[in-house]
Amino acid sequence: MGKQKYFKIIWTLFKKEFISYFNSPIAYIFIAVFLIAGNWLFFQNFFLYQQASMRNFFSLLPWIFLFLAPALTMRLWAEERKNGTAEFLFTLPLTDWQAVLAKFFGALAFVAVALLATITVPITVMSLGQADLGPVIGGYLGALFLAGSYLAIGLFTSAITKNQIVAFIIGLAVCFGFFIIGYEFIIMTAPAWLAPTLAFIGLGNHFENVARGVIDTKDIVYYLSFIFLFLWLNVRLIGRRS
Amino acid sequence: MIEIKNLTKTIAGNKILDDVNFSVQKGEILGFLGPNGAGKTTTMKIITSFWSPSSGSVTIDGLDSENDSLAVRQKIGYLPEMVPLYEDMKVREYLKFAGEMRGLAKKELADRISYVIEACSLEKVLEKTIDELSKGYRQRVGLAQAIIGSPEVLILDEPTTGLDPNQIAEIRELIKKIGQEKTVIFSTHILAEAAAVCDRVIIINRGKIVGEGSPAELAKKAGAKEIIYLKTDGPKENVLEVLQKIIGVIRAEVKDQSGDGVGYEIESDGADLRSAITQVVVANNWNILEISKSKANLEDVFRELTK
Repeated sequence: MGKQKYFKIIWTLFKKEFISYFNSPIAYIFIAVFLIAGNWLFFQNFFLYQQASMRNFFSLLPWIFLFLAPALTMRLWAEERKNGTAEFLFTLPLTDWQAVLAKFFGALAFVAVALLATITVPITVMSLGQADLGPVIGGYLGALFLAGSYLAIGLFTSAITKNQIVAFIIGLAVCFGFFIIGYEFIIMTAPAWLAPTLAFIGLGNHFENVARGVIDTKDIVYYLSFIFLFLWLNVRLIGRRS
Repeated sequence: MIEIKNLTKTIAGNKILDDVNFSVQKGEILGFLGPNGAGKTTTMKIITSFWSPSSGSVTIDGLDSENDSLAVRQKIGYLPEMVPLYEDMKVREYLKFAGEMRGLAKKELADRISYVIEACSLEKVLEKTIDELSKGYRQRVGLAQAIIGSPEVLILDEPTTGLDPNQIAEIRELIKKIGQEKTVIFSTHILAEAAAVCDRVIIINRGKIVGEGSPAELAKKAGAKEIIYLKTDGPKENVLEVLQKIIGVIRAEVKDQSGDGVGYEIESDGADLRSAITQVVVANNWNILEISKSKANLEDVFRELTK
């Protein structure tokens, strides 16, 4: 398969995946919940701080995504298996990697749209005071990486089962585990030799930096490796058909 | 063109397929016949490289279904048994998607879409969402999807189940038409269908091939008997006695009784006994109200082979 053709197939499947979010109510519910929860939780305290900063907004995102990302990915493989469309998909001339990448980027693009819809938040903040644009852009970028990590987990757990609810719950648990693992109270109680590893593995720690507006290559490499690992596991899993 | 060698498939300790061997020539329509659970679907899933064999191999034009999976899939159009479709897509959108996934470029894609729309009579439902479609239309969309990439091999798993007689006739016509140029394997548990559409039939039971040949050959092989139906107005006991004396008659019994006479079923050892029977009846001064020979019965062959 030529390079161009390889990406053409991914692009075709990506388009179908992306559009299918909008064919079902899930997209609109997702965006509505995301916007309401995000805006409400943020602006609730915003005026107390008297600070034109979006830092608190970005700190909220990991928690909102924790529920929304697995909800978005839960059906991606579970539904294909349940309806039997997996049999259609995997008898088409495409590799497992192409399928996984298309689904992953479809979900990521959807989250990007949802994030784009929060543009009112920085606009409001900036109209109220002098806010730095750098940290805002950094925060959004970081949010996308964090969402990517959650989505990679959710996509993987969706391939475990035919049942979407089970996929959601396992996805949520795994996401939560990886998020919380780097938190101080876990690190404090962990054995000393394990603590630095946990701190590095935790999704949350890396996001703290990003939310502050500090984009470090270390964090980006971390997120990319994390996403790659789960996509790779996903490919391994769907490769075992029968 | 398709070579299946020593194909065995074990799932959770059960042997679903047990050393299956057969080959299919280019341009042949092969009927894959067997009772439910015989291994038809499993064989098809392996040919399309959706599943991998436990042992043995499937090659298509020399390409191995496991090692050259993508090249094999490029050659195959497949309609799975449950006709899985993306429910939330519109028919036109879905066909376009299926064509693009098979690598069709713009011009070709447009041509192929209009061809399958016509071939499968989908004009009326193009703008409908797939979950709104009737069973018959779903089946046709599934078939359209399978042929959109002009595959060299078409694999259809029970393509006519759940359709009404008109739709069945349409689908059969379509399969025949496609089969003029392409290789087609289709499974069914309806014998008449296999006889009507296929050049050759393979009968599979409990994971093993139990019969192979053209429908007529199969009937002969299994020693199908000739059945003659006779209706006459003679007294029952006398008629039976006379019939049983005719050389070649294996069995003669009353089949039905109505106002104007009694119907008998006479089984012969293969010879055509119609003239002998006529002579005997006339010699006894009874009237023949009806006489007919039923064709070699594939259902019997099937039942015999899959016992």
